[in-house]
Amino acid sequence: MSVPMQRNRIWPAMLATGLGDGSVMSERLRSLSRFLLHRALPPVLVTGALLLLWELLASGPASTLPTPSQVLSDTWDLIVDPFYDNGGTDVGMGWQILASLERVAYGFMLAVLVGVSLGVLIGQSTWAMRGLDPVFQVLRTVPPLAWLPLSLAAFQDSNPSAIFVIFITAIWPIIINTSVGVRNIPEDYRNVSRVLRLNGAEYFLKIMLPAAAPYIFSGLRIGVGLSWLAIVAAEMLIGGVGIGFFIWDAWNSSMISDIVLALIYVGIVGFLLDRLVAFIGNRVTRGTVAG
Amino acid sequence: MSNRYLTIENVDKTFGQGAAATRVLKDVNLKVDQGEFIAIIGHSGCGKSTVLNIVAGLLDATTGGVILDGKEVTAPGPDRSVVFQNHSLLPWLTVYENVALAVDKAFRKTMTRAERRAWILKNLDMVNMSHALDKRPAEISGGMKQRVGIARALSMQPKVLLLDEPFGALDALTRAHLQDEVMRIQAELNNTVLMITHDVDEAVLLSDRIVMMTNGPEATIGEILDVDLPRPRDRIVLADDPHYNHCRHEVLRFLHEKQRKVQPLKRPAPVEGTGATRSGAVA
Repeated sequence: MSVPMQRNRIWPAMLATGLGDGSVMSERLRSLSRFLLHRALPPVLVTGALLLLWELLASGPASTLPTPSQVLSDTWDLIVDPFYDNGGTDVGMGWQILASLERVAYGFMLAVLVGVSLGVLIGQSTWAMRGLDPVFQVLRTVPPLAWLPLSLAAFQDSNPSAIFVIFITAIWPIIINTSVGVRNIPEDYRNVSRVLRLNGAEYFLKIMLPAAAPYIFSGLRIGVGLSWLAIVAAEMLIGGVGIGFFIWDAWNSSMISDIVLALIYVGIVGFLLDRLVAFIGNRVTRGTVAG
Repeated sequence: MSNRYLTIENVDKTFGQGAAATRVLKDVNLKVDQGEFIAIIGHSGCGKSTVLNIVAGLLDATTGGVILDGKEVTAPGPDRSVVFQNHSLLPWLTVYENVALAVDKAFRKTMTRAERRAWILKNLDMVNMSHALDKRPAEISGGMKQRVGIARALSMQPKVLLLDEPFGALDALTRAHLQDEVMRIQAELNNTVLMITHDVDEAVLLSDRIVMMTNGPEATIGEILDVDLPRPRDRIVLADDPHYNHCRHEVLRFLHEKQRKVQPLKRPAPVEGTGATRSGAVA
């Protein structure tokens, strides 16, 4: 790989020095080729190699799993029409994912509200921390799905139960990160607020939240990742429309290619969720990290 | 002499309790007139920042107290604004917003929105920071951050401006530049200023009186030196001025002969800062 890379690096450089008038053009060309070479090429190459390996491994006569090309042809109808609706759970992949995202949105929002509030409380009050911390430390190790039977018993309905599972999964990192962030607010900022005589609400909005925001957002990022992990598992058990039950349903009807497609979608959506929260975090905490 | 503007009276400060208690300050007494510029100098760890924090209200004195303009200091407040050594600007706010936070809080009831805006701009203009209103602290240099810190402190129209080693973290050239600016602003506004420093030249150049503190623990005021150099002062002219050099010499002698960091503790008698005469009652 190193030989063609070197050659490509020299080529635009020669172009830039050789042409006087087209130097702007060649500068653009050079940055474009540099981008393709350093950013786009490695993932394309590696993904291609992995697909090829998969194709080879799965193409034997004894293979139990479909090849990539087989998956593509089996699921082509699902890919091209993500928003069909034949009633019941027979709806397109787009609807399935949106149904899952809706549950995650409700559960996660609830977790943000309650988690940030509790985090601020135990970050501010040593008494609250001493009281609540042992409880949290034990509860946070309970696997998400272990909450499901209990929440089914409590809510007597599958949808609120799934939302509760998301809530209880996402809340722990949010609480813990928020409380650490609040506890780590520099003494200087507290002094500034004391000299300015900010009242409680002003201190909360103008000093505490912005100062703790980087910590809060790293908690939110972990939380949203865990939510997406939990929703797929929870939906397998509760049924209905949703990407988790879609996977379970596909397994029951031996449509392995559908499972593969669903896994790819789950991965992409999880990735996008993570990036979305990171993006919002970067916008909100702009300037906060470097003082 | 009870009608002084700012009075620090018999202030003692002990940190910790029981066996771990450390008496940091012992019997600190100081009287300051309105419009006076006081520098407090001493070796690091002698408790000069503690004195400032007690005046600011950020710390409570164990015994004794501070009276400003006839009222006892019990809590921090905008009438005693502080410029912290590390500027303490809020990094998520712009230069303008950092000053606005103080101005909006201090003058919400007494100024209209337009008046407050004009006042914020005026204060930033005074420290020559009008060009960077929308910059965040991370985007400006250390000297500029300190300028904004000064603007924020001045904008509250404090009765006393407290400077806690304001230029300690800056390079020598930037420091000299900011010292000149502080002198210019001081000539314009005639503030009452209490400045902590460990820089002898800075103390002599800027202040009307230099308060020299003995080494801690149980630190107190050792000597007070009057710097009756005419203003405006020019650092280049003063470099050859015999009185300027005499003052420098006095401070250096106090810091490096009388209060050498390594020498065993002495117990100097508390000194009443009478201002007009130099009080030399020291161990």
